[in-house]
Amino acid sequence: MSEQLYIASSPHISSKNSTQRIMLDVIIALIPALIAGTIIFGAKALLVVGVCIAAAVASEAIFNIIVKKEQTISDLSAIVTGLLLGLNLPANTPLWQAVIGSIFAIIVVKCVFGGIGKNIVNPAITGRVFMTIAFASLATPAFPIDSTAGATPLVGLMEGENLSLIDLFLGNHGGSIGETCSLALIIGAIYLLCRRVITWHLPVVFVATVFVLSLFYGDMNLGFALSQVLSGGLLIGAIFMATDYVTSPATGWGKVIFAVGAGAITCLIRFWGNYPEGVSFAILLMNIVDPYIDKWTTRKLFGGDKK
Amino acid sequence: MAFSLRGVITPHRKNTANMSPQNLPAPASVTIPMSMHIGKPAQVCVNVGDIVKIGDKIGAADGFVSSDIFASVSGKVSKISEILLSNGSLGQAVVIESDGQMAVSETVSAPVVNSKEEFISAVRASGLVGLGGAGFPTHVKFSVNDDVTIEELIINGAECEPYITSDSVIMVEHADEIKTAIEAAQKFLGVKKVIIGIEKNKPEAIASMRQMASEMSGVEVKVLKSLYPQGGEKVLIYHTTGKVVKMGALPISVGCVVCNSTTMATLGAYLKTGMPLVSKCVTVDGSAVSEPKNAIVPIGTALSDVFEFCGGFKEEPRKVLYGGPMMGISVPSVDAPILKNTNAILAFGKKEAVLPKTTSCIRCGGCVNHCPFGINPYAIANAFKVGDLDEVDRLGVNLCMECGCCSYICPANRPLVQTNRLGKAALRERAAKEKKEEKK
Repeated sequence: MSEQLYIASSPHISSKNSTQRIMLDVIIALIPALIAGTIIFGAKALLVVGVCIAAAVASEAIFNIIVKKEQTISDLSAIVTGLLLGLNLPANTPLWQAVIGSIFAIIVVKCVFGGIGKNIVNPAITGRVFMTIAFASLATPAFPIDSTAGATPLVGLMEGENLSLIDLFLGNHGGSIGETCSLALIIGAIYLLCRRVITWHLPVVFVATVFVLSLFYGDMNLGFALSQVLSGGLLIGAIFMATDYVTSPATGWGKVIFAVGAGAITCLIRFWGNYPEGVSFAILLMNIVDPYIDKWTTRKLFGGDKK
Repeated sequence: MAFSLRGVITPHRKNTANMSPQNLPAPASVTIPMSMHIGKPAQVCVNVGDIVKIGDKIGAADGFVSSDIFASVSGKVSKISEILLSNGSLGQAVVIESDGQMAVSETVSAPVVNSKEEFISAVRASGLVGLGGAGFPTHVKFSVNDDVTIEELIINGAECEPYITSDSVIMVEHADEIKTAIEAAQKFLGVKKVIIGIEKNKPEAIASMRQMASEMSGVEVKVLKSLYPQGGEKVLIYHTTGKVVKMGALPISVGCVVCNSTTMATLGAYLKTGMPLVSKCVTVDGSAVSEPKNAIVPIGTALSDVFEFCGGFKEEPRKVLYGGPMMGISVPSVDAPILKNTNAILAFGKKEAVLPKTTSCIRCGGCVNHCPFGINPYAIANAFKVGDLDEVDRLGVNLCMECGCCSYICPANRPLVQTNRLGKAALRERAAKEKKEEKK
């Protein structure tokens, strides 16, 4: 026995679960939406997403080099942020804006707070909101520049226009690259549920809240409520953005509260706000109250009331 | 029972299941520490040069919460020295050079037991400690006041740790001894009901215990999910009886006593023959071991001798454990002895010896959602990091049984249960300090 034995405190085995694997699963789950977006909006959609990913990864790498932190890009989280931000932009977004949005998401929202796990709000969502405000006339899908990108059907819906539910489901309409094809997003959701990366609580309750509130708002018009669910960023937000571990509650009940809150805020903005779309703002606002929800919904200790 | 407690699904790796234990040939020497139990170390009661036989007392219990220690081989006491114990402290140990005869002492004879007092002294005289892990002296558990009834005696055959099969092998091969011990407990302790809890991945043990239970009254076998940490004391009590043991309380507070299945078998053997605890059935396994086996090993045998018996190493061991990989203790050297409560020794090669690197917490909530007791390990870790011991206490760190589900499941490989241990130690230290200051 030439070499010494390792001494460590138990446990001495760990599950195969890793941050990298979780991020990889999210990337895999987003591929159907990316493919659908490319088919619907053409190759330039792919370019926008690619630029976002490249800018996100490069920002994180360079930030880590500058502040002399251990390199973290191999955890794939920057790719997830870039991918999600790209999918939340219209295909006709100017590339320089996509780059600035990605840098903002990674550097301002994530890195300066301490990197992965330390951010208070979701980087991709905040990047998207930042772009909505900063490039108001350009980046919001509500204000189309050309016909292929198009306005989110929410604009039409609120004006009483009727869209075919099948078109909404398949994504054959205007909007952001990744948000239009509900089918692709649901495939991604099923994958994430099967891989146990997410639980049903957040997406299901979020969508259900919007559905129910839309029913009431639309005088029990089922078609209107379903269109509200299938259009805009609701599905991509509920499945991929609200479920971000870092900025959502840990326990089942916490997730339910978060989801009801996000659904209600989404409807408030959609029906009475200035923007046609409220999912991003809703998630962002719930991100901010997440620490409190976590505090209120801690699990009960087993036999915790002392003897 | 409103719900079942959570846990983690670990790989089972019960490679040695159904391997009948083989007797280790007499080792050249044994090193028997005087501290193999919770409580005060035993006091050496032999001198260098003394000739001893198997079953002769070499260490006398020092006080009530302590345990007698017996020679496990026949031969000559060659040394009484200090050795490094697995908890990192130094402790006395008696070294016996074996004469190879394995001769049994004349003092070994079946005890006469006719009353509760005699039963408890018999348990005490057998040198028994909890063989499932902690090594708590068994007679202390049984010494309940006369006005307290033991409603349930729960026999722990869960064996939820990966690799370990020694308990289930004992349940298969020593049902008779377990039966003797249960009958004695029923008769002298007035135990109302006996429940044997076994995880469902051990069909042979379940069959053997069911067969035994069918010949007895008031004995029930409860098949449990294979979910780690099913064998945790409070977890087992809850899953077999639905009773909740409050934080800081003992099982007897809800009328339960929990004993490991091997503890019961050893007690049965003592009641029949008078042979105290001198050897242990040990599972020898791990990626570095050539021929994984179950072996009957004299207490005090060096781990290296036991590994040798199992064909030696097929790769250089880089981590060696007492017990299973979830809660086992890593030892600094293979010269360490087999202890009373050693149920397995595992040796791992380089690949398994080092766990993946720790990365940042991504707040996935895995630790919270897998904790059997609903503790929030990442919140405790954060509070501990900033030195907020009041918060660490409030979050319930003292409820932690250190099963390690949190660290096991963590995708960032954060040392969560390890931080809980530090938190508990810091709270103990603070309490001791406060007590000291009060005295002043």
